[in-house]
Amino acid sequence: MFHLAFLVPLFPLIGSIVNGFFGLRIGKKAVGWVACGTVAFSFLVTLLMLGQLLFTPAEERLFEQTLFTWMAAGDFNAAFGFQIDPLSMVMMMVVTGVGFLIHVYSIGYMHDEYSYYRFFAYLNLFMFSMLLLVMGNNFLMMFIGWEGVGLCSYFLIGYYFEKKSACDAGTKAFVMNRVGDFAFLLAIMYIFYLFGTIDYTEVFHAAPEKLILGAEPVTIITLLLFVGATGKSAQIPLYTWLPDAMEGPTPVSALIHAATMVTAGVYMVVRCSVLFNMAPFSMSVVAFIGGGTAIFAATIGMTQFDIKRVLAYSTVSQIGYMFLACGVGAYTAAIFHLVTHAFFKACLFLGSGSVIHGLHGEQDMRKMGDLKKHQPVTYITFLISTLAIAGIFPLSGFFSKDEILYHALMDGNTILWGMGVTGALLTAFYMFRLVFMTFWGESRVDPHVHPHESPKVMTLPLVILAGLAAFGGLLGIPLVHGWHALHNWLEPVLHFDMASTLEHSKHLLHEVGRHAPHWEALLIEPEENIWIEISLMLLSLTVALTGIAGAYFCYVKKPGLPDELIKGQWGYDLVKNKYEVDEFYDATFVEPTIQGSLLLWKKGDAQGIDGAVNGVAQILGWCGQQARVVQSGFVRNYALFMVLGFIMLLFIMFF
Amino acid sequence: MEHIPSPTVDLVSLAPVLVLSVFAMMVLLVDLYVKRDKTLVIFISLVGLLMTAISAFAKFDLPVHSFNDSYVVDELSVFFIMIFTLSSALAILLSIDYNKREGIRMGEYYSLILLCTVGMILLASSTDMIMIFLGIEIVSICLYVLAGIRRSDPKSNEAALKYFLLGAFATGFLLYGMTLVYGATGTTKLGLIAELIREEQIASKPLMLMGIVLLIIGFGFKVASVPFHMWAPDVYHGAPTPVTAFMAVGPKAAAFAAFFRVFAEAMPVLSPSWESLLCIVAVLSMFIGNVGAIMQTNIKRLLAYSSVSHVGYILIAVIAKNSLGSSSLVFYMLAYAFMIFGAFGIVILIGRKENEMLEIADYSGLAYKHPLMAISMSVFLLSLGGMPPLAGFVAKFYIFSAAIKEGFVTLVVLAVLNSVISFYYYLKVIVYMYMKEPEGEFQISLAPMTVFVVVIAMVGTAGLGIFPDPILYFTQH
Amino acid sequence: MSEYFFISLAAIVAIGVVAVLLLLSTILGPRNPNRAKLTPYECGIIPQEEAKGRYPVRFATLAMLFIIFDIEVVFMYPWAVSLGELKLFGLLEMVVFIAILGIAYIYIWGRGGLEWD
Repeated sequence: MFHLAFLVPLFPLIGSIVNGFFGLRIGKKAVGWVACGTVAFSFLVTLLMLGQLLFTPAEERLFEQTLFTWMAAGDFNAAFGFQIDPLSMVMMMVVTGVGFLIHVYSIGYMHDEYSYYRFFAYLNLFMFSMLLLVMGNNFLMMFIGWEGVGLCSYFLIGYYFEKKSACDAGTKAFVMNRVGDFAFLLAIMYIFYLFGTIDYTEVFHAAPEKLILGAEPVTIITLLLFVGATGKSAQIPLYTWLPDAMEGPTPVSALIHAATMVTAGVYMVVRCSVLFNMAPFSMSVVAFIGGGTAIFAATIGMTQFDIKRVLAYSTVSQIGYMFLACGVGAYTAAIFHLVTHAFFKACLFLGSGSVIHGLHGEQDMRKMGDLKKHQPVTYITFLISTLAIAGIFPLSGFFSKDEILYHALMDGNTILWGMGVTGALLTAFYMFRLVFMTFWGESRVDPHVHPHESPKVMTLPLVILAGLAAFGGLLGIPLVHGWHALHNWLEPVLHFDMASTLEHSKHLLHEVGRHAPHWEALLIEPEENIWIEISLMLLSLTVALTGIAGAYFCYVKKPGLPDELIKGQWGYDLVKNKYEVDEFYDATFVEPTIQGSLLLWKKGDAQGIDGAVNGVAQILGWCGQQARVVQSGFVRNYALFMVLGFIMLLFIMFF
Repeated sequence: MEHIPSPTVDLVSLAPVLVLSVFAMMVLLVDLYVKRDKTLVIFISLVGLLMTAISAFAKFDLPVHSFNDSYVVDELSVFFIMIFTLSSALAILLSIDYNKREGIRMGEYYSLILLCTVGMILLASSTDMIMIFLGIEIVSICLYVLAGIRRSDPKSNEAALKYFLLGAFATGFLLYGMTLVYGATGTTKLGLIAELIREEQIASKPLMLMGIVLLIIGFGFKVASVPFHMWAPDVYHGAPTPVTAFMAVGPKAAAFAAFFRVFAEAMPVLSPSWESLLCIVAVLSMFIGNVGAIMQTNIKRLLAYSSVSHVGYILIAVIAKNSLGSSSLVFYMLAYAFMIFGAFGIVILIGRKENEMLEIADYSGLAYKHPLMAISMSVFLLSLGGMPPLAGFVAKFYIFSAAIKEGFVTLVVLAVLNSVISFYYYLKVIVYMYMKEPEGEFQISLAPMTVFVVVIAMVGTAGLGIFPDPILYFTQH
Repeated sequence: MSEYFFISLAAIVAIGVVAVLLLLSTILGPRNPNRAKLTPYECGIIPQEEAKGRYPVRFATLAMLFIIFDIEVVFMYPWAVSLGELKLFGLLEMVVFIAILGIAYIYIWGRGGLEWD
């Protein structure tokens, strides 16, 4: 069955090609069928492979398929190959499964769009790239997928290209991602430089033998990888593109900017867990950035009024949790949360899409309210997912978030744990604020708009996703040893022998005549304590309920209260303006450029500059202007420059 | 009377040059007697190129040195001959419809391309500085004329004149450099020079170093590297588009072959002294090429600047100077040939008789009217930028890994940074094609031969990207 | 190094002298340009037309053709002298050489390069 692996990404690629080239000719209906059908086939093949993987003994669950040697240059050998193991299988299931539902949903949501086929061609292309990313068996494959999803995301954010804000958002996302990609590429090069290979199996096998625990090389690699991950997964400091990315159609937000692409960074960190395990410093960086982002984004989420932006900040915050989990070594918990998050966040986004659809494009929550009687199905599913994300027993988010908090505490880091708990409180608050403002209370809907429930093709995926969000937690039942299915499943991939690595590193250090630092703390395995876990569960349940109660009090009981509370509070304005981070980036990248051009060029074309992106472009543009002056068109000047170049080279040669 | 040493004549190894020269002259004569229809002339030219490509395999047991070690047939030269014949053939195919449209009726055009190819073959196969000079001059003179072949167009004239004046200037540098190297070593043969350097029997080190600087300038001009690049945008802009594509690929590849032979093969021992110079030239080329390209509104100038930046990347292969360097050089040139001919093919297709449509703004909304063309253009541009899994990515990757192997990490980091910058302007064109409303009407007549070239280029760009292995294998063995 | 020292000394002195002289003449020389003074002939003759006269481009073409065939003959002298040693191969080489130039000649003729009007 595994030799069919190549089919999984191939189907969406075919779909993309068919829709891209013949989409206009075959009609809307056929486009929808092609797009969904190809993804459905991928899902089926993935299911078949899952079945076979289940019947393979745990330690043999690694299958590699090399389609062809992509290139072999000197010692360098990159294969176009796939790797099927428990980790990639989880990701494939999420990508194809959730992806399929979102494709179906899009048929309804995008129904009135003119360039329907273009949307589906991009969406299928995205599926293809994402599957390459998770299925590749070497870093180069991951990088190709990584670039591919970035490009598709760029196309899809800018899907409504008539809107300038959409185009700008696309460009912002693309360029911010390239900052991360650059770091990722450097990491790959460094890995190749150190190991002479970029194949996962070989690198991770060789890492404990070649590298010294906690030494510079492994720390640099992991930090570079993590910078790459912050770009793609919208973490501090490269997160500002994600809220703007909500300019894209809502299914795109659900698929790319919630369920799959933005979690690629988490996948990457987990995939490289061997390397991260060997770099304690990087681990704490990952944990603190994750925890910080979790709180930071949550606070912004509390103040936003655009329904999709709230969800976007929530996504940033939840991915922060995943990185927090990675940072404390709880990779299983990270993947667990990734999976449950994919379920409930996809459901939330699709639900918000259904609301927007029902209100003919209204996204401002201040113009919603009392929608539960107009959109009952959307309301119920949305509520279930919200309860899940808030962490209410026994919904999926409860289990996954609780596991992260438990590991954070067990790792002995109370600060991180405190961050996590605070984040949980905020999450429950802002999510229920969203629910109350949208579905409860008085209707503030524009009287000309008549809200209506969405068609079946949209609500059915919602129902399925809500079901998954409700019961997804069963994948990882805590407390009872051996019942945590996901933990057992991922164990072969994440297995890491810290003790022998430590010994080996000591040995390596002794060879160069240095002493090993005190690593013994790394070896201490926290004792599993059922009672701590249970009390933590109760605590987080209380926290979540507190948050919900707070939201209920502020937005249902006394709807005027929040406005009074925030009146004149500079703190609120700061948060509402997203901590002025965009302005900060503007001020640091754009403003000096403007001043500089004014000063040096007498007239700086300051108009239309927003975002750090254009700032950089301006700097380069200014250089270009200078180059233009030099490029005068006169032969004598060109000759002069040749002579100057000659003098320069001569100077360098002899001095 | 003293005995004249007669050289070891080996006409078989010279076969590609001879075959192509004969065909070039044939084209010249045939053209005299068929006035209107150029089909026969074009046919003969293409057959000639095909025969040349075949005759390149006339020698086995490579490398074969002949003519007193001034001419060599080795893997590098054979592979380069393939690139030359391919690029010349593509250029001729591109010209068929273009020349008809722009009213270029001179049959000499084809003959000049063939003669230029002769020069390129000589350049890539010479191991004697005099021969290299000869090759460069044959190439250059043909190009001067080709650049100005649209006699009624002032831009074309300007291009030709500028290229000629600066080219003559650069030739002076080159020749002077060769003289100084000769002065320092007493020979013009690259093999002997390498030996002398290794045995430290150079008469005067300063003279040698001075010669190296001058050689860098001479070659630097021919490949259009900064700061000797300034002719490139003007000339690329003014020359007829197929000639521009041709200039960007064939002659550049030939100059790089010679560059590699002189520096990496003959003077590797002296590398500490020339390495840093080439590094500076490479980095400058990348930066100035990319920054210059950002400002351009004309697609031909944009591609010209981008080609300057590509020269920077390719120079890294020369700097790496290992065997991986030579094979990555070859691979890059091949990939580059496909990308450039593809991109210029589209440029030609979009133009029409009265308006060549060379402004980037002219590409607005191309994706709505002609999605296939927009897709192909995007593929070529993204490949030029180095987007996996296209040919440009593999080529860059290959050069970078050659350099990493020699420890030029900083250089590679700068190069990667630059390819990131380059995406800005490549994407700019794509944004125009996909995200702007069409400004005017496109009147595109799909000229069959040009489409054919674009298809070949497309297959090459995608094929080399997805299945680079066979070619990589071939370049390494 | 000593021989270089004198050469460079001579070079420096030469450059210095020229620079100083030019500088002095610009600084010290009186300058009162007027129309009459700026004409090509300061003696008073009024120029009839531009000094740069034009002449037909044909001259250039012919001159180039002349050079080509001139060089052919220049090559033939050393060849003729050493024909005895070069033997048959040398003869063939010269035949090829002349043939190539012959083709060039036919081409020029065919293109009308030799016609004068």
